[in-house]
Formats: sequence, C-alpha cells, structure tokens
Amino acid sequence: MSFPILSLTIWLPIIAGIVIIVAGNEKSRKLAMGASVLTFLVSLPLYFGFDASTAAMQFTENVAWLPSFDINYALGVDGISMPLIVLTTIINVIVVISAWEVIKDRPAVYLGAFSIMTGLMIGVFSAMDAILFYVFFEATLIPMFLIIGIWGGPKRVYATVKFFLYTFLGSVMMLIALIYMYREGGSFAVLDLHNLILNEQQQFWIFLAFLAAFAVKIPMWPVHTWLPDAHVEAPTAGSAVLAAIMLKMGGYGFLRFSLPVAPDASAGMDTFMIVISLVAVVYIGFVALAQRDMKKLIAYSSISHMGFVTLGIFIAFQLIAKGDMAGVALGIEGAIIQMISHGFISAAMFLCVGVMYDRIHSREIADYGGVINTMPIFAAFMVFFAMANAGLPGTSGFVGEFMVILASFKANFWIAFLAALTLILGAAYTLWMVKRVIMGPIGNDKVAALTDINRREFWMLGLLAFFVLLIGVYPNMIGHVMHASVENLVQHISTAKY
Amino acid sequence: MDNLQIAIPEIFLLSATCAVLIIGLFVKPKSNTVYWLSQATLVVTLIMSFAQIGDETVTGMSGAYTIDSLSATLKTWILVVAIGIFLYSRDYVGERKIQRHEYFVLCLFAVAGMMIMVSATHMLTIYLGLELLALSQYALVALHRDNSRAAEAAMKYFVLGALASGMLLYGMSMIYGATGSLDLHVIADILAGTSSETLSAERTIGARFGLTFLIVGIAFKLGAVPFHMWVPDVYEGAPTSVTMFISTAPKIAAFAMLIRLLVGGLETLSADWQQMLAIMAALSMVVGNLIAIAQTNIKRMLAYSTISHVGFLLMGIVGVTNDGYSAAMFYAITYAFTTLAAFGVLLAISREGHEADTLEDLAGLGKRNAFLATIMSVSMISLAGVPPLVGFYAKLSVLQAAVGAGFAWLAIVGVIMSVVGAFYYLRVIKFMFFDEPTDAVDIEIAGDVTAGLAVNGLAVVALGIAPGFIMAACIAAFA
Repeated sequence: MSFPILSLTIWLPIIAGIVIIVAGNEKSRKLAMGASVLTFLVSLPLYFGFDASTAAMQFTENVAWLPSFDINYALGVDGISMPLIVLTTIINVIVVISAWEVIKDRPAVYLGAFSIMTGLMIGVFSAMDAILFYVFFEATLIPMFLIIGIWGGPKRVYATVKFFLYTFLGSVMMLIALIYMYREGGSFAVLDLHNLILNEQQQFWIFLAFLAAFAVKIPMWPVHTWLPDAHVEAPTAGSAVLAAIMLKMGGYGFLRFSLPVAPDASAGMDTFMIVISLVAVVYIGFVALAQRDMKKLIAYSSISHMGFVTLGIFIAFQLIAKGDMAGVALGIEGAIIQMISHGFISAAMFLCVGVMYDRIHSREIADYGGVINTMPIFAAFMVFFAMANAGLPGTSGFVGEFMVILASFKANFWIAFLAALTLILGAAYTLWMVKRVIMGPIGNDKVAALTDINRREFWMLGLLAFFVLLIGVYPNMIGHVMHASVENLVQHISTAKY
Repeated sequence: MDNLQIAIPEIFLLSATCAVLIIGLFVKPKSNTVYWLSQATLVVTLIMSFAQIGDETVTGMSGAYTIDSLSATLKTWILVVAIGIFLYSRDYVGERKIQRHEYFVLCLFAVAGMMIMVSATHMLTIYLGLELLALSQYALVALHRDNSRAAEAAMKYFVLGALASGMLLYGMSMIYGATGSLDLHVIADILAGTSSETLSAERTIGARFGLTFLIVGIAFKLGAVPFHMWVPDVYEGAPTSVTMFISTAPKIAAFAMLIRLLVGGLETLSADWQQMLAIMAALSMVVGNLIAIAQTNIKRMLAYSTISHVGFLLMGIVGVTNDGYSAAMFYAITYAFTTLAAFGVLLAISREGHEADTLEDLAGLGKRNAFLATIMSVSMISLAGVPPLVGFYAKLSVLQAAVGAGFAWLAIVGVIMSVVGAFYYLRVIKFMFFDEPTDAVDIEIAGDVTAGLAVNGLAVVALGIAPGFIMAACIAAFA
C-alpha cells in the first residue's frame, strides 16, 4: 500500500481541530492557520499526482473496520470527487483568514470546529464504503449545528435546529436504503453497489431514499426552506462553508449514488427532476429578486445556481434517450464545474457581505448605498464577484452554466430557454443589489464612516478572485481530470441494470 | 460442589454485601468506608465475571442456572455500569439526607439480583433474581423519605411493579400447566417436539396464553408502551442517583430476562411473540419520542427517551435471528453506559437544595463548565444516533436486523422517530451552549468523578470510532 494521503488529508484537520480547541484561544489562530495551510499542501498531490487517463479509483486505501458488519475503511477518489476535495481545503484556508480578527467569542472552539468539519467533508468526498460515507455525511452536521447555534444571529436556535433536523430526516432514509442494498448484495462497498442488480421497483424506492437525503442537502425546491434561515443566521464563515462545500455533498451524492446505483429509476424520474430543477432556477431566481437582506438574497441565488447542477445531471437521461453521448458528458461536466465554481463565488459573496457586516452590523440592502465612495477596493471585488455570480464570460460562473445550457439545447429547446432565463435573472438580482449597495451617492453617515478593506481582507477576497478567474479562463484544468470518470459514469448509466 | 462453582461471582457478591451491611453498623455515618468496600466488592466480582468470558457453557443446579458467553458478557457490563453508578452517586448521596450505607448495600443487592436474572434458565430463578432487583429498587426510590415526591414515586412503582410480577407469575404458571416444567431447557424441548413428551393442541394454546402474560410482565419491567406508565413518574420522583440506577444497568438485565424466556424457552412460539413485540416496538418509539418533546423536566424527558430506546431494542429482537439478538444486546449495553454519562453530569451539577432536573438548570453549562457540557453533549448526540458516536452503530445494527427480517416498515418508523428524538436531544445542547447561564455558582467535582466522566465520555466517542470489540462479544454470545 502506498502512502495514505487521503487519510492524512482527512485526519490532519480533525486532529488539528482537537488540538486547537485544547490549546486555547491565545494560540488558536496561528495553529489554525498552520493546520489549514498544511492541509491544503497535503491535498495538492491529489491534484498533481492524479492520473487523468483512468476512471478507476485512485489513492485507494482499504482496511477492515467493522468486520462483523462488512464495513470497511475504504477511501479513494476519481475525477469527480478529487476537485471537490481540493476546493474544500482551499475554502478552509479562507475560513481561517476570515475569522482572524472577527471572532472574539471562543475563537479556539470556532476554528477547531471548522477544522474538524473540513476533515469530515473531505471524508464524505473520498469514502468508498457506503456506511463510511454516511458516517462522514452525518458527522458534518454536528460542528455546523454548533457553529450556527453559538456564533449565529438572533434567530440562530431556530435556524440551526431546522438545519439539523431537515438534513437528518433526509439522510436516515438513505441509511435504510443502504441497509436494504446490503441485504440484497452483501456489500457496502460503493463500487459493488454500482453493480448491484436491482429491479425497477427496488430502484424506484432506493432512488427516492437517496433523493430525500441529497435533495435536502443541495437543496432543491421545495425542500430548500432551511437554507435561507441557516445562511442568514450563520456566522460569515459558516455561510461560506455551507454554500461552498456542504451543498456540494448533495450534488456529489447524486453522481456517486443515485445515478449509478439506480440508473433506470433516475431515467424514469428525469422529467420530474428536470422540472423541479427548473423551478429552482426560475422561481427561486424571482424570489431572490425580492429580497431585502443581502445574505438571504445570496442564499436564494445559491439555490438557483444549484438548480443548474441538478439540471445538468438529469438532462443526461433525455440525451441518452436521443443517443447523444457527447451531450450527456457535457451536461454532467457542466454540473461539476458549476459546483466548483459556485463554491468559490458563493463563498466570496458571503465573505463580501461579512466584510460590510463587520463594519456596520447590518445586512439590509437599504442600510447601504454608495459604498464605492468610501471602500473603492472592496467595491471592485464586490462588483467582480457579482459579475461572476451573474455568469459573466471569463469568470468561472459562466463556464458551468454555459455547458449545462448547451447540453439542454441538445435535449429540448424549451428546457434550455427556461434555464437560460437565469442568466437574465441572475444578472438582475445580483447587479440590482450591487447597484443599491455599492453604487450611487453615499447613503448615510455610517457608510460615510466606512474604512476600506485591510490587508487580511484583501488577501481573502483576492485569493478567491484568483480562482474564479483561473477557472473562468482555463476551465480545462478541472475538465481534464474528470473526463475519464465522467465518460465511465455515462457509460454506466446508459446501460440498463435489468 | 461442582454445582456451586458456576455461581461463584454471585455467591461472593452476596456474602460481601452482607459483610458490608454489618460493617456499615460500626462506621460513622459520614465516612466513605462503605462506599469503598462496595466498590471493592464490585471490582472483585467484575474480575470473576470477566474471567468467565470465553468459558464453555455450563448448566448446573438442576438446570436452574447457566453460565455462557451471554451471561458472562452481560454480567461484566452490568458490573462496569454499576461501578460508574456508585462513583457518580457517592457525593450526591453524601450531601443529602439519604442513608448512604443503606443506599450502597441496596444497590449491591440489586446488582446481585441482576446477575441472577442474567444467568437464570429456570422460571423460578428468573423470578428470584427479578424480585431481588425489584424490591431493592422500591426501597431505593423511597430512600429519600422526607421527600413526598419520592415517596409517591416509590408507592406507584411498588404497586405497578407488584402487578407486573403477578402477571409474570401467572404466565409462568400457565406455561407450567401446559408443559409440566419450569426449566426453560425442558420447556424449549417440549415445545419444539424434540422431547419424548408431545403437546396436544389445547396445551399449546395454554402455553400461548401464558406467553401473553409473560410478555406483559417483561414489557412492564422494560417500560415498553403500553406498559410504560410508571416510568416517567418514577424517574421524576426518585432521587437522581436512583433514577440513574433504574435507567441503566437493569435494562441490561431485563434484556437478558427477555432473551432467556422468549428465545431460550419459547423460541418455537416466536411467530406469536414476534408480532406482539413488533407492535410494542413501534408504539414505544412513537409514544416515547413524541411525548419526550413536551417535557421540561430532564429526568422525565430521559424517561420517555428510555421508552423509545426500549422500542429500538425490541426492534432487534422481532427478527428472531441471532444477528438481531446480538444487535439488541449491543443496543442494551451501549444505551446503559451512554445514559450513565448523562446522569453522571446531572448528578455533578446538582447540589443540596438545588436539584438539576429541569432543562433550565442546564442553561449556559457550556460557559460554567465546558467539560461537563461536552460530556453531556456527547451522550445526547449518541442517544440521538448521529455518527460517529456509538449510539449510531447500535441503531444501525438493530435497523439492519429489522430490515433483514422483513420488518422494513418498523425500520422506517424507527428512523423517522429517531429524527423526532434528535430534536429533544439537541434541545439539551441548545440550553447548554446557546443560552446564557442563569446560575453562577461554581460547580465542584471530585477528581475521581471527573476522571470517571472523562473515561465514560471518551468510551462513547472511542467506541463510536471502533465499536468492533463489543460487537464481536455480542455476536459471540449468540453464535
């Protein structure tokens, strides 16, 4: 067995998190910074050492964990999960920067919780055993529950309990499905589940169970209502991690479980899934337009953007029916790039709101106006991220959406038409917010007293801007690592299981 | 002599308990001598029971008493939990007008009763052990005699407990009437038709009739719906240390009694008891979890939580498979020491004149004492069944047993109810971490209690990451 690099990226932040909590508030910042940078460095070999020519799992580890249950500590990554892991480690560094001076109440616990959560989220993306996946998937709820509950806004208790129960209800259904499949096939290994023969009815119920877990996580309309509450109440970094990574666990779950395990049921349910994805894209886009709270607006914008992810995934089955395999891969790759890009952009948007909130302690759009006059550098960043959020070509926001719309065109003009509406809607709500907050004359005395971003904030936003541009200009840097895995997935889901 | 050897741990325990009782007369009421002697007794008994693990199955005393890996494992855990109970309750009992010598001696008698229940394979020995346990518990609940709520709880407990014992005895007599034996091995053979005697159809009906009463009796002792009415009142009224006692170790013993009677004796009639248990399991999970939401008294909340966990435990048994029995066993053991940690925290923050028994009493505990709040959170999250804590694997294993036996509906009821359960467990965490303290008094905990709680909390976490060895022991018990 080679060097267990995946285990290291999972356990390094978890152990570091415990050390940070134990070490106390004084040393916590430096320790957290060191740990997050180290985790990022450790995750780099995953990208640079990745063999893009194969769809097989790489960096695999497999140790018997609970032999009496056939549960293994099995890890591995392919082109779908690897970029998400690197995204997680990057966002972790940014979280530490964002918390540096801002969190005054028990910073050690705060940073420690984020560090532990990072390890758990990497575990979600690299688990190759269904129960191990479930364990990581659920365990991430605990630190997030505490983060929102302790450092959140005035309605934090309601928001965090709602967040926890919603996602918990979804995932216990998945647990039943996993147990059922173990009874059928005698294995919890993810790749064995992919090849498990299931008839139409079995697939249908399993698909629904997975849907309960992942739709809540993404979140899809109409089970999205926990997200605006959680986002608004969470501390800035909490919102950023929630939007940037935790939502991706839902999209990843579809690609790793729903589609390959129940391809025929997925194909049968595709119209339904496409319709609710479009509802998310269009209806939630309009809802975003009506928001007065900036964080709420970005939260709804997240739901709308994640609608693209599910659309890209499920448009595949319409294209398979037409025999357009290239289009299928286009849609799924678009969905994955959209996930990564949304990870950076949504985190950046939440952090921008956080920067303003730290100064004025308001998230209301009406409390701002003319911020550009007092914070020109910040305004430049904010406008840039807003453009990216609206899908400006040259930014990462454009690439994924464009690929998904292109794939939709191959399937059905009207689906593509509705999906493309979001380019207008997204521009409308984002830029309208920017207009009211950033542009115009100085709105009030508080805005007049604003000071521009300091070096810490500059680095935090600059780093994100760098990645948004990098993916926008050179999307193939993610694209090339996932081609083989996506091809393999397309191959798998286009053949019926029974 | 050979016959007595199999009961050496129990004989030692009883003799030592009698000795402690007498020594208690000659030491000062304030001294801890009785406490230390009791702990020493438990530790020695623990070593003896632990040594029996892995021994071959031996049945002695005319079939009345059996040692096998089931009994040895369960006894070991009962004793481990009892040591924890004694440790956590020492200071609590010492501060109050509770006769501490009698408290520990009664607890020791109850432990002896549990050990007898675990090994009994004859209906009379089962009854003997059960009553030794029950009578000690009635007295324990009433021990705080100046407290009217405790007296009321003891009265309720006694009346309802006596009724349950009556049911159990009635069922046993019916089965005796049908099969002509009280020895569970003999009964099993007769029912299975492997013995020279065979049962006429009428007599089989008689046995089934008896079975129903047995189940009522067992459900009463376990606290399963619809025989759960006594649980909340007793939990609330009893002194917290006694509530801790009632809610932990006796559940393991009651599980053993259930296995001995239903699986050891009446497994041939499983088609009959399976349905009854499935309904009770579903009702317990639903009623326990839903009513727990409305509770503001934490002891009452934990009472309903116990009821719901009994439902989960029964879910393991309804499948009538060895996997299921070992899953239920794992559930009983892990439940006992997880709940132990929760009560340990409650006892640590209670002080004379200020019992910590409402949720408000926990407010801001995270700021007052982060250590206790963390232990409590670990316990709550584990009871909610969230990975990576040990409660998750307990739920996973019973769910797996239920799904495997075709009780998917029961498993779905179970998981939905565990989400409901998560709500009130999270509420405890909410009070501790998200609210401001209402009480500024410093919490003082003795060093050994801190160490005990730390080990207990760590066990809940560590066994969540590596539950393998307890699971292996549970599987070996039914291999």
